[in-house]
Amino acid sequence: MHDRDQDIIVCRCEDLTLADIRALIQKGYRTLDEIRRISRCGMGPCQGRTCRALVQRELQASGINIKDQVPGVFRPPTKPVTLGSIAEGAGRRSDHA
Amino acid sequence: MRKSAEVVIIGGGVIGTAIAYNLARQGCTDIVVLEKEYLASGSTGRCGAGVRQQWGTEMNLRMSIASVKMFETMNEDLDYDGDIEFKQGGYLLLAYTEAGWRQFNENVALQKSFGLDVRLCTPAEARQIVPHLNTEGLIGATFNQTDGHCNPFHVTDAYAKAAKRLGVEICTYTEVTGIRRDKNRVVGVETNKGFIATEKVVNAAGGYSSVIAEMAGITIPTYPERHQILVTEPVAPLQNPMVMSFHHHIYCQQTPHGSFIMGLGDPTEQPGFNTRATWQFLEEMSQKITWLLPPLKGIRVVRQWAGLYNMTPDRTPILGSVPELLGYQMAVGFSGHGFMLAPMTGLLLSQSILGLPTSLPIEKMDLGRFERGELFNEPSVV
Repeated sequence: MHDRDQDIIVCRCEDLTLADIRALIQKGYRTLDEIRRISRCGMGPCQGRTCRALVQRELQASGINIKDQVPGVFRPPTKPVTLGSIAEGAGRRSDHA
Repeated sequence: MRKSAEVVIIGGGVIGTAIAYNLARQGCTDIVVLEKEYLASGSTGRCGAGVRQQWGTEMNLRMSIASVKMFETMNEDLDYDGDIEFKQGGYLLLAYTEAGWRQFNENVALQKSFGLDVRLCTPAEARQIVPHLNTEGLIGATFNQTDGHCNPFHVTDAYAKAAKRLGVEICTYTEVTGIRRDKNRVVGVETNKGFIATEKVVNAAGGYSSVIAEMAGITIPTYPERHQILVTEPVAPLQNPMVMSFHHHIYCQQTPHGSFIMGLGDPTEQPGFNTRATWQFLEEMSQKITWLLPPLKGIRVVRQWAGLYNMTPDRTPILGSVPELLGYQMAVGFSGHGFMLAPMTGLLLSQSILGLPTSLPIEKMDLGRFERGELFNEPSVV
């Protein structure tokens, strides 16, 4: 492992470095989904919009053919929204109904 | 993948891996665990991550109390290189009707008889436990401090790693396509990657338990039911206990990581394998939770998803063997509570498979109870 890898952030939401991701792949977490679920990589407010492609690149670089893997599901909402805004919007809509 | 095994376990969730570990720990290591995707990819990884002992029936109570004891020392017992993130911030259960309150009083009496240090609370006392709780309409609550939260991925990972160290083979991305029997005996399991000869098969297939049972020629009264959940961004510690209302069909807890996980049971949900998330859930959940816990208004939702409860008619699991098929065992139908009951389930099933005396009377939780009419009818399910 290069020292440099510990200074490179891959997942900004969960503070995971390139060294962390490479260590997980080494330990046998060999799909995007497995890495996400064990480390919370890509599960923060950006929902993987930064790290997803970077992790896939690391998987490919370690000899795993990512074209055989499901790319992971994008789940709603598209961007973070407060519980208060959703509740308020829902209330306003039912007022009009 | 080996061509034969002493035991084949179908399902790489927390139940399947817990059974594998417990068998291996007792010397039965010739085991294959079959998982059609990756570990915890089904109901385990989609669950609300709560750990509760406040049940209304005997076996759920005894199994959950024993399971909590096992969660408490699991990092050490399984020599885990991570952390299962077990937090005992308590569960606060809310009653809004006279009938609900009577039920809580009965539950607490039963819970105390099994040694649980649970207490009944007035609305004012509930507010001392969760200061931001809106107590409008609240009749009373029950609180148990040793309930809490645990990380389902890490628990499954811990069991799987410990099992592997003992020689268990875990085959992910391997789908079971059939169970071969010779008259009334199991003789093997067919998968998309080949056949494994075995005399013992365990159905731990979660939401798909009835599909697997069908392959063995067994009919079980379990069915899948979608339940939806959302998670927020992580924020500073705000709420220690899980807050749960059966009246509103909701639960909400802050994890040690800082995010809030909350879910809603829809009483009109039809049985089925659908795990799509809906905007209706997002709206109803947001409205109910910001009414009940107003400071949550400012916290952002980052993700919503759905998973399958594996329901039984009495909302209690079905465990153990069946008289009509030798070598078939099951741990199914947890009705939304498989994760929290997994540690004790792992031990009990291993004992049942090895023909040893079981630590709890699991024969009470067998398939035959539906014919005998000896149902549990667990009242406390969201």
